[in-house]
This record gives sequence, structure tokens and C-alpha cells, in this order.
Amino acid sequence: MIEVRSVTKRYGRTVVVDDVELTLPAGGLVSIIGPNGAGKSTLLSIVARLLPADAGSVLVDGHDVASTPGDVLARRLAVLRQENHLTVRLTVRDLVAFGRYPHSRGRLTTTDEAHVDAALEHLGLTDLAGRFLDQLSGGQRQRAHVAMVLAQDTEYVLLDEPLNNLDMKHARQMMRMMRRAADELGRTVVVVLHDINFAAAYSDRVVAMRDGAVVVQGTPAQIMTPEALHAVYDMDIAVHDVAGAPLAAYYV
Amino acid sequence: MSADPSVRGLTSTAATSAAPQARTGAAPSRRTTLVLVGLVLLALGACAAYLVLEARGSWDFVLPFRGRRLAALAVVGAAVAVSTVVFQTLTENRILTPSIMGFDALFVLIQSLAVLGLGSIALNQVPVPLQFGVEVVVMLGASTALFFWLFGGARRSLHLLVLVGVVFGVLFRSLSALVQRLIDPNEFAVLQSRLFASFGAVDPQLLAISAVVVAVTCAWLWSRRRELDVLLLGRAHAVALGVDHRRAVLSLLLAVGLLVSVSTALVGPITFFGLLVANLAYLVAGSHRHAVTLPVAVLLAVVVLVGGQAVLEHLLDAGTVLSVVVEFLGGIVFIALLVAGGRGR
Amino acid sequence: MTTAPPLATQDVAPAQTPARAPRAGRRRLWLTATCVLLAVLAVLSTFVGVSDVRLGSLLADEGTARDVLLLSRLPRTAAILLAGSTMAVTGVVIQMLVRNRFVEPSTIGTTESAGLGLLVVTLLAPGMALPGKLAVAAVAALAGTLLFLGVLRSVPVRSVVTVPLLGLMLSGVIGAVSTFIAYRADLLQTLSSWMTGDFSGIVAGRYELLWAVAVLTLVVYVTADRFTVVGMGRDVATGLGLSYRTVMALGLGIVSVASAIVVVVVGALPFLGLVVPNVVSLLAGDNLRRSLPWVALLGAGLVLVCDVVGRVVRYPYEVPIGVVMGVVGAAAFLYLLLRRSTDVG
Repeated sequence: MIEVRSVTKRYGRTVVVDDVELTLPAGGLVSIIGPNGAGKSTLLSIVARLLPADAGSVLVDGHDVASTPGDVLARRLAVLRQENHLTVRLTVRDLVAFGRYPHSRGRLTTTDEAHVDAALEHLGLTDLAGRFLDQLSGGQRQRAHVAMVLAQDTEYVLLDEPLNNLDMKHARQMMRMMRRAADELGRTVVVVLHDINFAAAYSDRVVAMRDGAVVVQGTPAQIMTPEALHAVYDMDIAVHDVAGAPLAAYYV
Repeated sequence: MSADPSVRGLTSTAATSAAPQARTGAAPSRRTTLVLVGLVLLALGACAAYLVLEARGSWDFVLPFRGRRLAALAVVGAAVAVSTVVFQTLTENRILTPSIMGFDALFVLIQSLAVLGLGSIALNQVPVPLQFGVEVVVMLGASTALFFWLFGGARRSLHLLVLVGVVFGVLFRSLSALVQRLIDPNEFAVLQSRLFASFGAVDPQLLAISAVVVAVTCAWLWSRRRELDVLLLGRAHAVALGVDHRRAVLSLLLAVGLLVSVSTALVGPITFFGLLVANLAYLVAGSHRHAVTLPVAVLLAVVVLVGGQAVLEHLLDAGTVLSVVVEFLGGIVFIALLVAGGRGR
Repeated sequence: MTTAPPLATQDVAPAQTPARAPRAGRRRLWLTATCVLLAVLAVLSTFVGVSDVRLGSLLADEGTARDVLLLSRLPRTAAILLAGSTMAVTGVVIQMLVRNRFVEPSTIGTTESAGLGLLVVTLLAPGMALPGKLAVAAVAALAGTLLFLGVLRSVPVRSVVTVPLLGLMLSGVIGAVSTFIAYRADLLQTLSSWMTGDFSGIVAGRYELLWAVAVLTLVVYVTADRFTVVGMGRDVATGLGLSYRTVMALGLGIVSVASAIVVVVVGALPFLGLVVPNVVSLLAGDNLRRSLPWVALLGAGLVLVCDVVGRVVRYPYEVPIGVVMGVVGAAAFLYLLLRRSTDVG
């Protein structure tokens, strides 16, 4: 379970995350949605102890992220940021193998190898394992980073806008893969998304933020109402029922 | 960084009072006039100080002796300032300068190769103007080829070019050091006295040629100042505004190469001086127009060179370290510009 | 022969997992072949020089040739291999820490700061024992590196090329300070001996400190994974549970101490840390566990070749290795840069 307790983050005088209380039970896929500047990525970074909170605390299975040793946390929680440009030149397999670093400190055991193989397989990267990252397309590179995070073999997997720069096909592949990670591998996947329809179609829970605060949270069905969406995005958005699933028409 | 000159340093220069230095009243603001007048006074003061400070012995000796060195300083200052400003306009950047790109080291390399190829004795029989002329022609060819190879073909990022330029500088410096090592030690002594004439012992003949070359080149560049203003907007704008970009760049670059050759032949390489003077000029000029930046840069160069040399040589008795001081200040100015650069955006 | 010890660091082959045995096997084969080639080169290099050292003279005469070999040639070769591999390795470490391909100790002020520290301690406490001077140089090197990182942090817009550019300028400023002090104290020659690598003064008893840097290189190899992870960025390192600050401190410490020792013993070897890691990165990637042996080997090899060239090209005089490497290194680096740019577009 991830517990966010009265977390606040400011940049200068701007409050980016404003006294947020949030509890995410273990298991399933949770999406965090909201307009630009809502504080989604900042909150995710604080939970992953990439950023310190100015006030409040975050507990992951009872461990305070601010005080728990980094390597202990790294075996419970993995995170992938939006910006993943690497200056180092690594092969796909090298990169994914570094996901095992918290477990093996770089000296891979047979178990580690098995995890690496499984993660490569899960993301359909087995054939590309020997390629250097700079020889891959953007979508393949994104998958390699996700594979690294999965190879870390943590209960919690946090992903910040993993659909960025992916076309329709790869975006859907990525969402399906995350769903499978939750269902088949039993991970708790927390993901920041921009597309509310993707969030609704694949998540167990949706957390909607605006101006640094959580505005609405609940099942996709609870979020996908014109009233709730108006509260989040300040737009009138019609929600249609398409083949049994809610679909928000925000284009026109 | 400060790659977008059209944004920075722009002031409203709409007022059209008659400009003292421009034939067609494209007009400087009040501030620009003040800056120019102030700099002229400062430059004159520096020159006077250089001539009379701590002078001992007969004026008949001191004045011609110091006067010649003063002339050398002024010629070099003008050459470096103008070549740097024009070069930065051509490359649309405010960091790369001809000396950082190693143009001066290239000239030294050519001189060294001449000594290596001909031997100092044979070389000494060639009259100075001819020697200098041949070296300059080779220099112009080499620098232009290099420039078009780097800037002409595939569009490369400015930053990459700057790095490449810096490394070319290192390459040319090492190459000329290597060539100098290959020369017979006796001949090397001859070469060294030629290469590092410094401001101390300038060949009068060379000084006269240089002064003429710099004056003519600067006058020509002055006549092209409005075209330079357009080039400052970047290639796309310049082409759209009807400038024959390639031809303009080629001719201007030749002028830059000429100025670099002259200043290097006179005093040897001074790496950061151009950077310092040009960027100071952009800061104080209050206008992006070359009608202002060129004279401001020249005046600043004279103030810094002559004033600095006067203080170091006459008061601190450390005449030969001017280039070190310039390197120190130039480096700090550069870093400050980088730190401040992004804030402008 | 006695050249085995310097290669010891490379002989520690990475612990490979059975899963990838075939590739690892081929890699090890290549590595061994390169080691052998380097060893042969190293042995051959001991026969190059002014005094007559041949197999025949080694066996025949009364021991002069053997003395030359043991006291001068072998120490020199050992120093070359140690200093070469170390500087290449420090280059790759600092590149990981700064996350930029285009930096190395001599382009970010580390080397210049070590020189400045040495200069200051020579002036203030000329009688201090070598370990003391070395400690001062190492602290100064660390301070210079931290200064670079501090200034870098305050540059708002960073690009791949701003970082090395800033480093070069900072090195220039620190170098100017050193030059000025040295000029004032009449120590210019001493300073230049630190700032230009030279193996000609290496004899038994004057290079043994370099074995300490071999230990540092070994430490880097043992902790290679940490540096690779830090090279992937602070967030990734934190996400993988690595203490970013600890690795940063370890790396900076190693780079500073190693640079200081090399400066004290043989003088600066510019460009080595830049060229070698870039070449290895293109060939073998940046997983340090795998690429580090290559970096060390190629670094040693490049210095060895440049040293032999320097000894042969102007026989019986020697061209300083810094000059040879300035030419070779700058040319190689330019090739890499310009090649890269066409890749990226």
C-alpha cells in the first residue's frame, strides 16, 4: 500500500502539490490524470523519492520513502521518468540488466538473468536485446526502459507518461502490457496519463488531480461522467457509451 | 544561449537625428552617441597615457619608439575587433571567434611550414611584403575552405560547431608546435623571433603594410555594414530579403581572414581578446547595428589593449603578460555570458 | 618480460554469466589478442632510443645496455602504460559523472587546478615532501572539479556542447592564473613541465607513484557498475537504490587524485581521456564492466604509440608527447565529432 500523507511541494511561491492525501492499495493499475500543471508528475516523483516533499510524508508498505535506505526501497518500488535520454551507450540487454542492480549490485546471477529474459520477453524485445539503444526507434527505446523497470521485480511500478511519443499502435501495446503486468505478474502499476480514454479503458482506479490537489478518485465509471470531468478539466465533455465502455468525446 | 541576436541587444532606434558617423542618417540613439563619445575620449586617454607614463630620457627617443608600438597596438586592436564581430555575424553566434577556431594558429602553422620548407636563409632573401603576401593568400585559401567545409554543408548545430572550432584550434596549435620542433633548432630561433615579435619589436615595414591593409579592409567592411545587419538575422531571412548569401559570406570571410593574418603576423595569437571585446561591445553598444557595434568594438579594443599595456608595462613592469590577463578576463566574461545567456530567453 | 604488471588491471576479466557464454568468449579472445599486441609493442618500445639497446648488446657488453634498459627504458614504458590507461579511465569516469561525452580532466579544469595547487605549494612551502605536495595538488584538483560542477549547475540552458565549452574556458582562466603567478615567480618552465606530458625524464625511482594510480584504476573497475548507473542519470540511479552522492564523491576523488599524480610524475596528457572513451563507446558501448578494459588498453596503446612517434620523428631529439597527442588526439576527436553530426543530422 502506498500512503501519501499531507504532501506539499512548492517551487518558489508556486504550490505544485497542495496538501495531498491519497491511499493506493496494492494490486491493479492506477492512473493519475489531470490537466498540465496539475502536479501529477511531481507527486509521482515524490512518491518515488526522486524529489523531496516540503511537508508531509509518503509510506510505501509502511516504509517512509524519505528515510528508508535507497536500496531497500529499490527492491519495492521502481520508477520510470518521462525524460529518459541516455548519454551512455548501452545495449537493450545491458539496460534491462541494470534493473537487477538493486538485487545483485551488478554481478548477475542465474536468477537475475532469468528476470532479464522474462522482462525482455514481456516487452517483445528478445530479438533486439543485442542492439544499442541509439539504434532503436523511439517506441522500442521506450519499451526497453519499461523492461528495465519490470526487471527490477518490484511490487510497485511507477511510470510517468509512458505513452509520450508513442503512436496509436504502440500506445495501445504499452497499455496492454501494463495491464498484463498487473494481472499476470501481480504488480501494482501507477501511471500518469494524459488520455482519459486510455485511463478509463485499462485502469482499476483513476485519480484525477487539478491545481496540486486530488479532485476526484474512483473507478473509471465514477470518473467518466461529465460532472467529474468538468471538475477536473474545466471543459464540458460528453461521455458516450461505446460497446459497454465509457468514452469521453473531448475533441469537439 | 545568445544565438538569437535579433532578440538580444535590440533597442528602439527609431529616432532619426543626423548620425555623426553614418552618411545616410540611420540613427544612433542618444545613449549610443554617449557611448561612442565616451569611448573615443577613453581611447585617446589610454593612448596619451601609453605615450607619456613613466617616460624617462629624451622625448625624441621615447615618442617615436612608443609611437610605433602604439600604432601596432591600435592596428591589432582594430583588426581583432572587426574580424571577430563580422565573424560572429556570419556564424550567427556570439561565442565562436576566429582565434577560438584557431585561425591565428593556422596562420602560425603556415609561417612555420614556410620556414620548414624553404629554410630561414632562403626565406630571409624574400622581401617582407612578398613573403607576407604569399602567406596571407595561403591563409585565406585554407581558412575559407575550412569554413565552408564546416558551415557550408549539412546543417550542424551551433554548439557542435563551436566545439569543433575549439578542437580545430588545438589541432592547429599542436601542428604548428610539431612543425616548429621539426625545424632545425637554429632556424627555430629565427622563426621564433619572427612569430613572436610581440609588441616590443615590430618590423616597421610590416607595420606599415598592416596598417594599410587593416584600414582598407575596415573601410570596405564599413561600406557593407547594412548587409551585415541583414546577415545577423540568419541565412533564411537574409536570403528572403534578397541577399546573395553565399557570395556575401565568402567575401566577408576573406576580409576576416585578412584581418586575422595581419594581427597574427604582427603580435602572434591572443586567444580570448576578440571574444572579450566583441561581447563587451554588444553589451554596451545598445544596438545590434554594425554601424554601432563595429566602431564600439574597435574603440573598446584600443582602450583595453593600449590601456592594459600602459598599466602593465609602465606601472607594473610586466609588459609581456597582457595576453595572460586578457585570457583570464576573457574566460571569466565568457563564463558569465554562458551563465547569464539562458536567462535572456 | 617485465611489462606484465601494468597489464594486470586488464587481466581481471569480467565475471560472465553462462547465459551469454559465446559472445563473452569471443570478446575475451579479442581482449587477450589486444593485450598481447600491446605487450609486444611495449617490449619493442624499450629498444627505441638514443643509446644502443639491442638483444645483442644486452647479452654482450659489460652492463651499460642492461642499465639503460632497467633504469630508463623499462620504467619509461611502465610509466607510459600506467599513465595512459589511467588518464583514459579518468576520462570515462568523469564523462559518466557529468553525463557528457565531451569532457575529460584536462578540459574541465581538474588538471589545471592540480598544476595551480602544485605551483602554490612550491612557492609557499618549497621544502614540503612529495606526498604533501601531491596531497595539495589532489585537493586543488578536486576543488577545481567542484568549481566546474558548481558553475555548470548555474548555467541555465545546457546542451551537449555548452558543458565542454564551459570547461575549456574555466581551464583557460585557471591556466592564466597559474601562468601569471609562475611568470611573477620565475617558475614558467616548471609550470610548463607539469602542463605538458613528457616521459623523457622518467627513470627508476621517479615514477613509482604511478603504481598508486593503477590501484585507483582497479577500484574503478571493481565499482564499474555504479559509474554506469550514475551515467544514466540521477533519477535512474536513485530509482535503482544507488546513493548518487556517494558514487559522485568516489568518482570525483579518484579522478582528482589520479590526475594530480599523473601531473606530478609525467605532466598533463590532454585529449587522451576524451578520444579513447569515445572510440571505445562507438565500438563496445558504455557498459563499463565490459568497456573499461578496452579503455585502459587503448589509452595505454595510444600513449605508447605517440611516445614512440615522438622519439623517432625527430631522432635523435624528442618531440614532447603532448604535442604528438595534440595532433593525433585532436584529429581523432574531430573525426568523431563530425562523423557523429552526420549520424544525428
